Amino acid sequence: MGLEDLQHNFLTGRLEDLVKWARRNSVWPATFGLACCAIEMMSVGAADFDISRLGMEVFRASPRQADLMIVAGRVSQKMAPVLRQVYDQMMEPKWVISMGVCASSGGMFNNYAIVQGVDQVVPVDVYAPGCPPSPETLLHAILTLHEKIRTGAIARRPQQPAGVERTAGWVPEAPNAVRVATPR
Amino acid sequence: MGVLQDLKEQLQFFGGFKLTFQHLTRPRVTRQYPEEKQPKQPRQHGRHVLNRYEDGMEKCIGCELCAGVCPADCIYVRGLDNPPDDPVSPGERYGYVYEINYLRCIHCDLCVEACPTEAITESKLFEFSFTNRADAIYTKAELVVDDEGRPKHLPWEDWREGTDRHTSGWMRATAPAGSAAYEGEVQWSGELGYGVRRPEGGQSGRRDDAATGTMPLREVLEAHLLDEDIPLEHRGMRGRLWRAQLSAERNRRKMERTRERLQELRAQRKAAKAATRGPS
Repeated sequence: MGLEDLQHNFLTGRLEDLVKWARRNSVWPATFGLACCAIEMMSVGAADFDISRLGMEVFRASPRQADLMIVAGRVSQKMAPVLRQVYDQMMEPKWVISMGVCASSGGMFNNYAIVQGVDQVVPVDVYAPGCPPSPETLLHAILTLHEKIRTGAIARRPQQPAGVERTAGWVPEAPNAVRVATPR
Repeated sequence: MGVLQDLKEQLQFFGGFKLTFQHLTRPRVTRQYPEEKQPKQPRQHGRHVLNRYEDGMEKCIGCELCAGVCPADCIYVRGLDNPPDDPVSPGERYGYVYEINYLRCIHCDLCVEACPTEAITESKLFEFSFTNRADAIYTKAELVVDDEGRPKHLPWEDWREGTDRHTSGWMRATAPAGSAAYEGEVQWSGELGYGVRRPEGGQSGRRDDAATGTMPLREVLEAHLLDEDIPLEHRGMRGRLWRAQLSAERNRRKMERTRERLQELRAQRKAAKAATRGPS
């Protein structure tokens, strides 16, 4: 039984807040640097921008210990199954940040070799624009993700909407219409 | 002898911590991003804005040159004939639809170079991220500056004091006419109030480096030039003297800036103290 089966009374309300707080402050990213964006991701991890301030200094080499996949760089068609496998191997709850325009939409590589948007392969929570995004942009994306974890439901993802049949492959979900404001 | 030697060998272990302890005394380098932003580079490329003339008319004439030059195909423009009774732009046509997809834009600034009317320029805002793809497509309503000439602040962008300074007319590698020797002349047309900046120095002899604080590349890399390309007064002993004078001048300016900043801080602290003491 998961926590999502409980009714919202006083106790679970507080507990939910506690769980969200704990999740928000220990999002461990998996190492998934694919191209030049990975350089900026590394600089976020280093002393200048130091994401250990946000409780996520450990880039886990094993997806089983990671909560967040920062897809940093362009994803080639051959890399897409690997990306999906790494995502599948991560433990719930898990989040994805699509870092840079190449990961988000193919960017300027509008050709047969590059996946046009990594959200065709994995569900993306936050998109960070830029080519590459500056460390601040990635930090902004991480803070947006924190805000999303804080305000979101504790259950993993909304159920498949009624009327949509499950196909053999992964079905992209309807885009989340909630616009998350900049956390201050 | 044997005991001392052993001790010495074991204490060598601490030699490895020399660097660690050195770093204890060094200043901290971490930029506390969510609390404060680091200052932007003078030519940083960020989110675009669409400018307007002083009388409030839009500068965009819907020529689609920006969309044509964009290497990432992130701009979509549709031009439309100006309504004769209520024109939007002073030209024949205006940008009826103007959309930029920030999940494709690579901030190369080629659109700014291509624009014949300086309608599109880049601000220095780079701290933004989206939770869905629809947010990333900025429409004309989100790109055009407001009545005071300031860019619109959207909820998922992190604007701070000073981020929107020098937004319009701030960077071009060439003149609209294509001439490289345009420096020292304001080439861009009148602007709605906010962010107009002095022209930059560059390659010609007419540059004004003191005003812009830039140094031409040729002077920066002078030590790497061939001997015959270095001016006579910059060679040998005279060159050394010249360089020493330059660096002295730089240091003096730096000291002045520091002194000003310290005075400012002191005044602020005094004011804060007076403010806390006043009501009680």
